[in-house]
Formats: sequence, structure tokens, C-alpha cells
Amino acid sequence: MSQTWLVVTLVGAGTIAIKAIGPVLLGGRPLPEGLSRVIELLAPALLGALVAVQTLGSGQALAVDERVLGVAVAAIAIWRKAPLLLVVILATVTTALARALL
Amino acid sequence: MTERTFRDGARAVGPLAVAVAGFGVSFGVIARAVGFGWLAPIVMSATTFAGSAQFASVSVLRDGGTIAAAVTAALLLNARYAPIGISVAPYLTGSLWSRLVHAQLVVDESWAIAAEGEGRFSRSMLLGAGVVLYVSWVVGTAIGALVGSGIGDPATFGLDAAFAALFLGLLVPLARDRRHVAAALLGAAIALALTPFAPAGVPIIAAGAACLIGLKR
Repeated sequence: MSQTWLVVTLVGAGTIAIKAIGPVLLGGRPLPEGLSRVIELLAPALLGALVAVQTLGSGQALAVDERVLGVAVAAIAIWRKAPLLLVVILATVTTALARALL
Repeated sequence: MTERTFRDGARAVGPLAVAVAGFGVSFGVIARAVGFGWLAPIVMSATTFAGSAQFASVSVLRDGGTIAAAVTAALLLNARYAPIGISVAPYLTGSLWSRLVHAQLVVDESWAIAAEGEGRFSRSMLLGAGVVLYVSWVVGTAIGALVGSGIGDPATFGLDAAFAALFLGLLVPLARDRRHVAAALLGAAIALALTPFAPAGVPIIAAGAACLIGLKR
């Protein structure tokens, strides 16, 4: 088996197993209340991290580049209750324009 | 609130699906350029269905990393799906087979769209959003892998900023009270602090620890 297919197979099998842990092993069973209170905050914690890393992460370094302008425009659009599609287009176009012009 | 349906989930994820398809195209193009051929990128998108992990393993291999390093990087990036899967487990009922299949549709975006607050999730929103994202990702990858060269790095067009904007757009409705805002800010701070030191993906996993502020009454 080539290197490529070995990676594809191992990553695929591993990911399917990771995703199955909760629903297959715990399916339908409610979680203890304390655990639910913690898990409730996983979404904002991980989304906060994803926003930060997608905006400022550049490989293993942090970089302030044109993406920041795009995200700033997106933040204004979100604050003005713009639909998500418009938010995305504004962020993409702003960043692309900044790359072309700056 | 009225019951939200599979179709609501599919509709809500529409804007994200466009960006996901775009990134799928770029994954197909880049994986093919690295020597994955045309079939392997498509199979990987269909089985792994996690863009950041797929990009990570391809880049590690391209940089001369080992198979073990490429696989570890990808699985570390996907480790977050263990707690995410547990959080939705009470809502994914049915046979073992259907739970296994439905679990694969749980990705960051479908999970965020299905969140109803207080740790509750809409099963139909989750599945509706998941199916649309899955099709977008696999079809995007196939287009990229088959068309190959001729499409530049999506970063040139600003598509990378789209992901940050999308996650921000998903975060804001969830940040309803001070604890949620605090968890988001703490998560962002942890991830940024670890990015220079930790392998890709670990900062995101570590940021999940911010949810422990939920233990404080």
C-alpha cells in the first residue's frame, strides 16, 4: 500500500472512530447535569479558538495580515444582523481586495 | 420555538456550504499537486470529512514528514470530535448502524448550527446541515482533484478569511450570557497562546478546557 493510501486509510478510520465514541457508546443516554453545564460551554470555547486561529494563525506562527480586515468587516456585518452569506462574501472580498491593493 | 426540521438545517448551512465547497476544491487541487492522485483526495474527503485535518496531513507529507506524523497531526485536529460527539450523543438515537453513520455528519459547522443552547441540540438540524456540508465537501474535492491545476491558492481570493468570518457568525448567537462570552474569550486566548508552541490542532483542543469555567457556580 502506498504512503498516500496508508495515510488516507488511517486518518479515515481514526476519524470515524473518534466521531463514533459519543453516539455509539453513549447513544441516547443523558449526561450528568454537571457535565452538561461544562459541555454547554464547549461550543463557545472552541468557536472562539477557531475564530482566533483562523484569523491570526499562520502555520505555527501568529500573523496579522489582510484576514484581520476581512474579519473586522465581517464583525460589523454580524453586528448589523447581516445574513451569513453576506458576511462571508464581505469578508472574502475585503481580504482579496486588501491582498490585491496593499 | 417551533420544531426545526432537516430542511431548516440544510437551509441554514447554505452560506457555509458555499465556502466549504470552495475549500473542498482547494483540497482536491493541493492534494493532487502533492502526489495524491485524483482518487485518494476524494476518498479521504468522503471518509474523514474534516478539512483542517485533511489539509494538515497533506502538508506534513509534502514537508517530508512521516506517515505517523501526518496521521497524528490529522487525528489530533479531529480529537475535538470526541467531546463534540458526546455532546450530541443524547440526540442521536436509533440502531447502532444509524448512530455510527449520523455521528459522521457531526462537524464543527453542523454542530454549531444545531446548538439550541444549554447543551441541547436539534437532531434534524444537525443531520440536515451535515448532509449538505458533506455533499459540498466531497463534490468540491472531486472538482478540485479532477480539474487539478488552473485554480490558484484560495488564499489569494480571500477565502481563508471566510472561515474566520463564518466561525464568528456562528459564535455570536451562542454567546448569550457572560459565561458563554468568557468561555469564547478564554478559548481564543488559550489557542493563541499555544499556537507558537503546540502542533497544529492542539491549541484548538486545549481551548476546550475553557469550558471548565462551567463548573463555577
